[in-house]
Amino acid sequence: MAKDSRYEVGKEDNLRVENRIQFLFSALYSLTMKIGVLALQGDFSEHISMLKKIGVETAEVRLPKNLDGLDGLIIPGGESTTMGKLAVAYGLMEPLQQFGKSHAIWGTCAGAIFLSKDIGRDQPLLGLMDIKVQRNAFGRQVDSFETDLEIDELMKATGTEYPYHAVFIRAPIIESVHGNAKVLCALEDGRIVAAQEGRLLATSFHPELTGDMRFHEYFVSLAK
Amino acid sequence: MESKTGTWTEKKGLAQMLKGGVIMDVVNAEQARIAEEAGACAVMALERVPADIRADGGVARMSDPEMILKIMDAVSIPVMAKCRIGHFVEAQILESLGVDYIDESEVLTPADEEHHILKHNFKVPFVCGCRNIGEAMRRIGEGAAMMRTKGEAGTGDVVEAVRHARSVMGSIRQLQTMGDEELMAFAKNNGAPYELVKETKTLGRMPVVNFAAGGVATPADAALMMQLGVDGVFVGSGIFKSGDPAKRAAAIVKSVTHYQDASILAEVSKNLGEAMVGRNTAQMPDGERLAVRGW
Repeated sequence: MAKDSRYEVGKEDNLRVENRIQFLFSALYSLTMKIGVLALQGDFSEHISMLKKIGVETAEVRLPKNLDGLDGLIIPGGESTTMGKLAVAYGLMEPLQQFGKSHAIWGTCAGAIFLSKDIGRDQPLLGLMDIKVQRNAFGRQVDSFETDLEIDELMKATGTEYPYHAVFIRAPIIESVHGNAKVLCALEDGRIVAAQEGRLLATSFHPELTGDMRFHEYFVSLAK
Repeated sequence: MESKTGTWTEKKGLAQMLKGGVIMDVVNAEQARIAEEAGACAVMALERVPADIRADGGVARMSDPEMILKIMDAVSIPVMAKCRIGHFVEAQILESLGVDYIDESEVLTPADEEHHILKHNFKVPFVCGCRNIGEAMRRIGEGAAMMRTKGEAGTGDVVEAVRHARSVMGSIRQLQTMGDEELMAFAKNNGAPYELVKETKTLGRMPVVNFAAGGVATPADAALMMQLGVDGVFVGSGIFKSGDPAKRAAAIVKSVTHYQDASILAEVSKNLGEAMVGRNTAQMPDGERLAVRGW
């Protein structure tokens, strides 16, 4: 028995190393990719500097024509009402919905709200992900918090074993996932803070405000 | 999993979420809804806009908490409120209301002519005004998690905001070319904490988000400030003292997003109606200047 379990541990280690190597190779591939960041409002420049650190070419997206030639898109944190109004005013809703059918899109905080189908109030939404989101679910700014998250899928994909330090700011929660959307991470009390549906990704928190590149690496691997 | 609230990352972070956006002064729930509908990324709740504070004279204080709470109820975007310089009890009251940001503002009558609030003592983040790099660094040293130019509030004259933005950006550019051994003298000459001077040199930008404020009245003014390098714009009297507030508000929001696209700026500048009645700051007596408040 003891021998078997040792063998099992060794096997797991090998698997991790293999994952890490595979992941680094895919990261190498990402050098040929171009990822856009929706730059209507919010912390788009923080996402751009994270992407540059992992060697991806970037572009700011303010008008539909800026989507040409992109392999994926990040919708940053900010105010979802502001982004929604500007997206409607400059004819971005339909092009973004089309883009999301064939490309990877990741929404952080306000971006997650914008990607969702339902938030229980009337404001422009892309409706690309089958998730229900509640805005400002943790309260006001004085309730904003930082915490460590165990995200199995992320650790497995990146071949790492340490938790992900997450920054929540007036954050939304994902109330429920439907259809093909699956939960990527929930808090200890069960509230969902990250979800994935194919190549679409939604997080309540802000990986762009940390020095941890893993979420950006993970997203780039989805955009391939 | 232990979570922490009120951290420096959290305080700075909310300002980062406001970047590329417009924060609008509102005096009641109805104006707050108009601002949100126009695409404001936050509102500043106050009893009187700066132009009226100027006209009325007297002592300007923190607004009625009841009125701030009504505005917080009316909108889903962040709500800021102003306290007087050095009036830490007004700040404690605003924090207890749950406002998202406090502006320790020269627009209100200062409560302390020597000291600002020690903002590190609070969980709620603060924004402060500055005219130059030294003032900015001192405020950040006290715990301000966001800066803005002071400009000259309530005038509709952008010249002071330009002066302050140019001064701050110019100093940051100057720091880039300085040797490390020159930084202590820079800190001394500008009355700026040394560690923050070093950090600003390394980052090549201010360590916190920096907005423009004080005299922005048109989409072109807002885009001018963005092209000068600020992260976003406060508009005080400029919106609700103009002929068509909803239209002007939406136009300024668009001008901040598309600040580099002159054809869009031309489009949004059309038919906005009367801008606020301006007040030329060059002819203003020193006693009426708000920007000189703050130490």
